[in-house]
Amino acid sequence: MNAPVLEVKDLVKHYPIRRGGRSVRAVDGVSLSVGPGEVLGLVGESGSGKSTIGRCVLRLTEPTAGSVSLGGRDVTHLSRRALRPLRRDVHMVFQDPYSSLNPRFTVGQIVAEPLRRHGVARGAEAETRVREMLERVGLSADMRTRRPHELSGGQRQRVGLARALVLEPKLVVADEPVSALDVSVQASVLNLIADLQRDMGFSCLFITHDLSVVEFLADRIAVMYLGRIVETGPTEKIFAEPQHPYTQALLSAAPEPDPVRQRERRRVVLGGEVPSPLDPPTGCRFHTRCPIAVDTCRTDEPRLTGVREADRPVACHLVTPSAVPDLTEGN
Amino acid sequence: MADQTLSAPLPALAGATPGRARQVWRRFRRRPAAVAGLALVAGFLALAVIGPLVTADPAAQDYSAPLAPPSGGHLLGTDDLGRDLLARIAYGARVSLEAGVLSVLLAMVVGVPIGLVAGYYRRFLDPVVMRLVDVVLAFPFLIFAVGMAAILGPSLRNVIIALGVSQLPGIIRVTRGEVLTLRELDYVAAAVADGAGDGRIMFRYVLPGATSTLIVQATVGIPTAIIGEATLSFLGLGVQPPTPSWGVVLTDAQQFLDQAPWLAIWPGVMIALSTLGFNLLGDGLRDALDPRSVR
Amino acid sequence: MSERLMSEHSLLEITGLRVGFDTEEGRVQAVRDVSLRLERGEILALCGESGCGKSVTAMSIPRLLPPETTRLSGSIRLDGRELTDLPESALRAIRGKDVSMVFQEPMTSLNPSFTVGFQIAEVLRRHEGMSRTAARSRAVELLELVGIPAPARRVREYPHQLSGGMRQRVMIAIAVACSPRVLIADEPTTALDVTIQAGVLDVFRDLRDRLGTAIILITHDLGVVADVADRAVVMYAGRAVEEASVTELYARPRHPYTAGLMRALPSAAVTGEDGRRRLTEIPGLVPPPFEDPDECAFHPRCPRAREDCTATRPALEAFGTGHRAACFHPLSTAAGGDA
Repeated sequence: MNAPVLEVKDLVKHYPIRRGGRSVRAVDGVSLSVGPGEVLGLVGESGSGKSTIGRCVLRLTEPTAGSVSLGGRDVTHLSRRALRPLRRDVHMVFQDPYSSLNPRFTVGQIVAEPLRRHGVARGAEAETRVREMLERVGLSADMRTRRPHELSGGQRQRVGLARALVLEPKLVVADEPVSALDVSVQASVLNLIADLQRDMGFSCLFITHDLSVVEFLADRIAVMYLGRIVETGPTEKIFAEPQHPYTQALLSAAPEPDPVRQRERRRVVLGGEVPSPLDPPTGCRFHTRCPIAVDTCRTDEPRLTGVREADRPVACHLVTPSAVPDLTEGN
Repeated sequence: MADQTLSAPLPALAGATPGRARQVWRRFRRRPAAVAGLALVAGFLALAVIGPLVTADPAAQDYSAPLAPPSGGHLLGTDDLGRDLLARIAYGARVSLEAGVLSVLLAMVVGVPIGLVAGYYRRFLDPVVMRLVDVVLAFPFLIFAVGMAAILGPSLRNVIIALGVSQLPGIIRVTRGEVLTLRELDYVAAAVADGAGDGRIMFRYVLPGATSTLIVQATVGIPTAIIGEATLSFLGLGVQPPTPSWGVVLTDAQQFLDQAPWLAIWPGVMIALSTLGFNLLGDGLRDALDPRSVR
Repeated sequence: MSERLMSEHSLLEITGLRVGFDTEEGRVQAVRDVSLRLERGEILALCGESGCGKSVTAMSIPRLLPPETTRLSGSIRLDGRELTDLPESALRAIRGKDVSMVFQEPMTSLNPSFTVGFQIAEVLRRHEGMSRTAARSRAVELLELVGIPAPARRVREYPHQLSGGMRQRVMIAIAVACSPRVLIADEPTTALDVTIQAGVLDVFRDLRDRLGTAIILITHDLGVVADVADRAVVMYAGRAVEEASVTELYARPRHPYTAGLMRALPSAAVTGEDGRRRLTEIPGLVPPPFEDPDECAFHPRCPRAREDCTATRPALEAFGTGHRAACFHPLSTAAGGDA
């Protein structure tokens, strides 16, 4: 098997807060890898730490501990200068189509920036590459002279994609790239991402809170809760048979756009609230909301291991080779 | 960092596209107070630039008419030495303009880079710079300017330096505040993730976003400096007689308040109107440039 | 519940509502001739994408729009009483009492300086003239009603001590404090996580079932509509283009826009002939809100559009009981029929 394009090992990111010497444990020991041409969907709710991981991969945030490797090379401690040539191969797409483009630049300048910065193309050649890239993301090449405020949200997000892809990177980190868009626009941007990913073959770390989006786009999924991955595996398997109680709750909470089926479904309504990442629970972090937690869950932290199948590790004491908990059955 | 900034193609640095400038003007035009402010400022500029060319010599003494009330010969009257008040006010406008604009320019040229760097290198430089700023801001603006002028000695150049330095902390603080907001925006993160150098990020991504705020800040800084200049000159710490500054004219007028009240009224009115004009203009610009409506 | 005698008026009847805003770029016509009815004890969803006019329609009921720039015409009747020509003072008595609102952002809708209990009691004292102690104990009951655990303790807490989901429940408690006849909820769960959303939606269902509150739920999320609404109105470019009971709407959407929205959802991905999974897009953009030609506003994006779609604007027409759609070439009965 090929070396992973991205490998994150035991990543920890704590944000110290001023008083009390405590810290927000945004990411607390996460390992994941993305293979060549693979789309990994990183799913979690707010405060799960999913965006922090994306920012650590791009070194927009310095990890507290652990390592990030790109194409087999550990980049965690590289200086900014040493990192610069590697940045050619890794780009990011952001959530907010309004704040992610420099309002003072034209669309052409925005897309040409990476070319110029990495000395790939200048002048007329850069212009040709920009035209091609714009057309590839479904924008007319005439858009080059426009500025972001003249574009719609969907068009801006396409410009963001063009900027991320113009250097034909090996890895794209996409942080909620369609969450701010309306359904009809979201559909076309998702199709576009799927098409470009297949045609250009880049790997993608796709960060989102929306399960239906990862179901459409991702090959594999990693589900995060409170700074940790609780379950990971191939998309179809996770959707067909979620093993971790949190994954089950998450899947059952997302309403289906079908009133008949939605109203017949057994939903798992989680009690309690997401604990503070300042002071995460001992043992399994989900135990405070888990309806089937037992004593072990409160004291021992479960390891993320392939209990039943090697390709889908899950961090839950109650998942055993012989049994999987099912929250949707009477409890 | 310098090489990157200079070698970059710079056509868009000016920031405002023709479309945007037109939009700003359209929004500005709809605000009567802003337009009135612009008119007052324009009048003030005309007076400062053209006034001294068309009025009498401000130093010429008309011995036949000391302390003459306004009349055909002297539209605003004369002072105790028979000097034409209109000429002195027109010339004084020039002094005020110089003091106002140059001191703000000085404060911007020095303060904006400091604020930019402090806000950008938040961890290392910011605490030092901001504590210094806090110390200076602990003194009221005029007290600080008076102190500075007293140390430097009286002259127009020193007034400009004193007023410029006194405005510095405000400019640094405003710039830094803007930078702190702007550096968190995704397009800055995108540039960082792409390996852009610090210089380029600061000057091409962060600073242009702060221009609107800085233009407004400069506009409202000018009247403060105008009042500052008049105050310093009034106290004898600024422009020295016989050069006519509004502050100097006011000082002279003090002794003749009973006989020739117009001598005090006109410079007072001029200070008030020019200050009002710049403040209205600044408020109008703030509304018209409001980034929320530009998006 | 939607079938009533024509003579008996609905709880809320909006007829021919038009709302425009004067801006520096010209008049923005946010709502263009919307008529709808809300029955007692009904959850009505107003859905559509951003800019379709769903929020403005709802905000015109308690007239929570900037009076200087708003141009409103048409009729809004609450229990037969016309609201549009009421003076501001009379409306103030209606807001929070007969018609109350819950907004999207639970973080900014509460006053950070006062306890939750105080803020609920405030509403009760103002509208119901309750005594301080009576209002206090009613506040505890209300928190319990919206599913907040340990309500007696929570009343003494400040908003910053509560999570987003809990704050939204507090907002709902304030909104239903005076047992309003109409509760308007504008994207009430959009800022919340899904596992929290489910619980908040349950609160709305519960309020309808236990208090008989009629609810207008404004949302862009078709999953939310499917979950709690009885009836839905789909809006596009300031007009209602389709309305039906929720089961009917999802089973047999008639308007191509409604059908398009449902097929654009990621969960509705289809596998194409090349084996790739694809979503069905709605091409093009929403028309600008300045002009309003006499034609179907959706026709430039519509796969079923023909010449007559630009000749005149289609009116809402009935397709069976309570189902209306404004389209010259509606979809046939099979869901998602031909596109």
